Amino acid sequence: MNHNQPLCDPHAHLSRRTLLGAGAGGAMLSSIANQLAWADATGATEASRPKNVILLWLEGGPSQLETFDPHPGTTIGGEVGAIATSVPDLKIADTLPRVAEKMHLGSLIRSVTSKEGDHQRAIYNIKSGYRPDPTLVHPSIGSILCHEFPEALDIPRHISILPQNAPARGGYLGPIYDAFKIGDPQNPVPDLKSPIAEERFDRRMKDLQWLEDRFRRQRLRDMDENRTLHQASTEAALRMMSSEQVDAFDVSGESKQTLERFGDTPFGRGCLAATRLIAAGVRCVEVTLGGWDSHITNHSLQSARCEILDAALAALLDRLVEQELLETTLVVCGGEFGRTPQINPAEGRDHWPHGFSTFLAGCGIRKGGVYGSTAADPKLDPDKPLADVANPLTIGDLHATILSTLGVPYHEERQTPIGRPLRISEGEPIREVLV
Amino acid sequence: MKQFFVSVAKWSWFGLLVLVAFGYMASGLSEPPGASDSGEASDSGEHDARPVRLSSEQATADAPPASDPSHEESIRRVVQAVNAARNAQLGDLGLASADPADWMARCRRMSLALVGSGVSLEEIRALETLPEDRRESTHLDNLLRDPRFHDYWAERWTRFLVGADEGPFVVYRRRRFRHWLSDQLAANRRYDQIVRNLITAEGLWTDRPEVNFLTVTFDSNDGNPDPIRLAARTSRAFLGLRIDCLQCHHDFLGNVNLGDPVQAREGRQQDFHQLAAFYSSAKTNGLQGIRTGQADYKYQYLEEDEEVDVTPAVPYAADLLPAEGDARSRLATWVTHADNRQFSRAAVARFWALMFGRSPTEAVDNLPLDEPLPPMLEPIIDDFVQHRNVRRTIRIIAQCDAFGTSSRASFDITPQHEDHYAVFPLTRLRAEQVAGSIVQASKIKAITRDSSLLVQLIRFGSINDFLQRYGDLGENEFSKDGITIPQRLLMINGKMLREAGELNPVLNATGHINLFAGDDARAIETMYLCLLNRYPDDEERGHFVNGLAQRQDRGEALEDLYWTLANSTEFTWNH
Repeated sequence: MNHNQPLCDPHAHLSRRTLLGAGAGGAMLSSIANQLAWADATGATEASRPKNVILLWLEGGPSQLETFDPHPGTTIGGEVGAIATSVPDLKIADTLPRVAEKMHLGSLIRSVTSKEGDHQRAIYNIKSGYRPDPTLVHPSIGSILCHEFPEALDIPRHISILPQNAPARGGYLGPIYDAFKIGDPQNPVPDLKSPIAEERFDRRMKDLQWLEDRFRRQRLRDMDENRTLHQASTEAALRMMSSEQVDAFDVSGESKQTLERFGDTPFGRGCLAATRLIAAGVRCVEVTLGGWDSHITNHSLQSARCEILDAALAALLDRLVEQELLETTLVVCGGEFGRTPQINPAEGRDHWPHGFSTFLAGCGIRKGGVYGSTAADPKLDPDKPLADVANPLTIGDLHATILSTLGVPYHEERQTPIGRPLRISEGEPIREVLV
Repeated sequence: MKQFFVSVAKWSWFGLLVLVAFGYMASGLSEPPGASDSGEASDSGEHDARPVRLSSEQATADAPPASDPSHEESIRRVVQAVNAARNAQLGDLGLASADPADWMARCRRMSLALVGSGVSLEEIRALETLPEDRRESTHLDNLLRDPRFHDYWAERWTRFLVGADEGPFVVYRRRRFRHWLSDQLAANRRYDQIVRNLITAEGLWTDRPEVNFLTVTFDSNDGNPDPIRLAARTSRAFLGLRIDCLQCHHDFLGNVNLGDPVQAREGRQQDFHQLAAFYSSAKTNGLQGIRTGQADYKYQYLEEDEEVDVTPAVPYAADLLPAEGDARSRLATWVTHADNRQFSRAAVARFWALMFGRSPTEAVDNLPLDEPLPPMLEPIIDDFVQHRNVRRTIRIIAQCDAFGTSSRASFDITPQHEDHYAVFPLTRLRAEQVAGSIVQASKIKAITRDSSLLVQLIRFGSINDFLQRYGDLGENEFSKDGITIPQRLLMINGKMLREAGELNPVLNATGHINLFAGDDARAIETMYLCLLNRYPDDEERGHFVNGLAQRQDRGEALEDLYWTLANSTEFTWNH
């Protein structure tokens, strides 16, 4: 039985007494003031250097052995080969030749471990940093980032491109921090264009305003500001409809050469749109590439996915470097778990949360680093699954590492709706991958 | 000849294997002990003998309470007690009460709460043929018999019982679980019996849908029911207690008080795991599904060096726990015991929240043992302790002043007025309520299971699409958040609203109104009834009649009116 799954962190609590004892002094320092004070101390408020994140989300469980952690020529290695990279002594799978040339831009973690082997639970775990908890929905990285650093923008600051089963959620921070979801960037963003003529649209809005004014009469004081947000959300929606920033979603103006560099696939176009959105001021873009769940014919499935990933990731890094955005933009590339270091009778690999890979680049991540490793001849002792992993890294630690590079006070607690203060991240950053 | 005998032997052997396999599987399909106790609510006219899905005609077995004066009188007494408690509290706080809302607003609230959409024009017209003092009670009777109510509440219950996610593949069938709940509601099964069935469920998740209450936790416990998740779910859903923190440590914050409600003590780690231990008796037994075995729970407590055997025990009122029986049956008896008032407190708080769209306390699943609930809930809890009847409780809540008061008042309305139900609180409609209301408002007739297949398909498809785009609150049922920008964009430019308001003379109300409304004033009035479930006042009628007169294309103007009303706060919020 899994009796070690924590529903909460005992160290993540403040007592009622502590909270009450904080007194007026504590109350006067608002949460935003706290955020600003902390951000000042870390440099996160420098107007010229906002921190952003692009999450290349490989949904389904990419195989570490066919991507960033190959063991060719061993019993577990399968058909994949290994190639040299731009980092001396570092080899990755031959399925990622263009990415191999960019490995010097970031750090590779080869020892991520979790306790979740089910897709849904593992996705929740790695996107939020916490294991599923029936009492609370935890926010994703982008939601935390937007919550910690509020700022005005015409378009949403948290965007999920090609979302599949679990787009990033605001969790207990509220649905206002959910990712704004769009499909293939070659199609228009849904619901942004009015389907009717401008004059007719204006007439509708005028009548709506007239009705709203009437509805407010004799109802709850400050109803709109404190409860419904109807006026504010309508104005924001209209602002977005007419904003030039919306152009950042549109990749149709990019040259054919640029599109081809990214692979001209939905995922490639998503990565291209991600760079445009970050340049426009968006804080977090998640781009999903699914299809990694290779229980059968692992090598061919993984190779086909890698072909798409290879072009897009390499071009994304190039573009961020060209636009001098990589120093302030963290790129995270990984999935919910890896795949077994055994090949099953259907020539597939199954789910494996005990040692898989995540690539990080930019925004204070050490260049050319490698952290952790998995054994080429694993013992695969079911009672000691981590015995084959050097420097195992928990999902909590991975989150703390990501959040710390983004200037988020990962160790601080935030009040949750169930009255329980909770640390933003329950892990600690891995100093070896930070500059 | 030899070949013939070999062939006969092979087929006999194969037949025997099939027979054995069938017998093995069939033993998992058998009726578990005690299942013959139907547990239907037996009091009053809230009775229906068949635990099956009812058609609207069949449902007439649930006779309206008017046919049973003593039943009606007993409800009236509870309602009077609730109103007296409300008045006393408002008096103590020096808060004035708003006037009662009109019957249309009250009927809209009932429809939103019970079937997840506004009132149809067909229903309004039928109610208008009745004397005004009978309209609300008739509407409530109709709704409680309506399969839409059984289905809608089944979905709402499913969320707090097993969650909103799809859960583990193959071994968990959320849809079957929801249909089972719908059948229980259609049969007006007693709430304590439903809960008992969930806790003691046995068999295959496909054959006995209540078993999905257990199998939804398979993914975190290697294909077996997870006692930890089930303990957390039991304490929250059935008892309104948040004891999750005790999984890891004693309560050192004064947040979890257990033991005796009068002399409460701090929660201990043992409280959580002893509760979890009851569920360790639920074992997966291959094709037979869940079977009951011995409780064999072990746990290594904080600051202990090794695992210890944990004996099942309850976190308070231990005297109500029977000494005999298997672990889950004992737990079910304790949870649903008439003297376990916390069970009734949690149920009534949950039903109240479903009716109002907001919890009567800060959180519907956090009702500490030693903290009182709002006084007006106490008479309902007393009644629920006695009857355990879901429909009866709904009737009481729907008839009390708090539910019927206006959200508008001549005085300055503050959040305090809403907190104490001096006015009806403004609550945002859930995504499916918005979608359901849009689709219903686009039709003249009520959309039920008797509607044409095409209409039902359109409703199903468009609502699913809308929910995906609008976002689902998941288990966070009673969020107080305002509307988000993507949601506003969807309402302003989205396909569903556009198609629902189109001038389609066959499918849509807008087309019908354009064709058959005698004049502009009548057209506007009908549109208001479809969308806002009320008549326009003189100023509104004048404003829009004037607007229509200036337009060359009347149909286009009606489409615009549909859009305008559907985009209003009045449409997207309960009030």
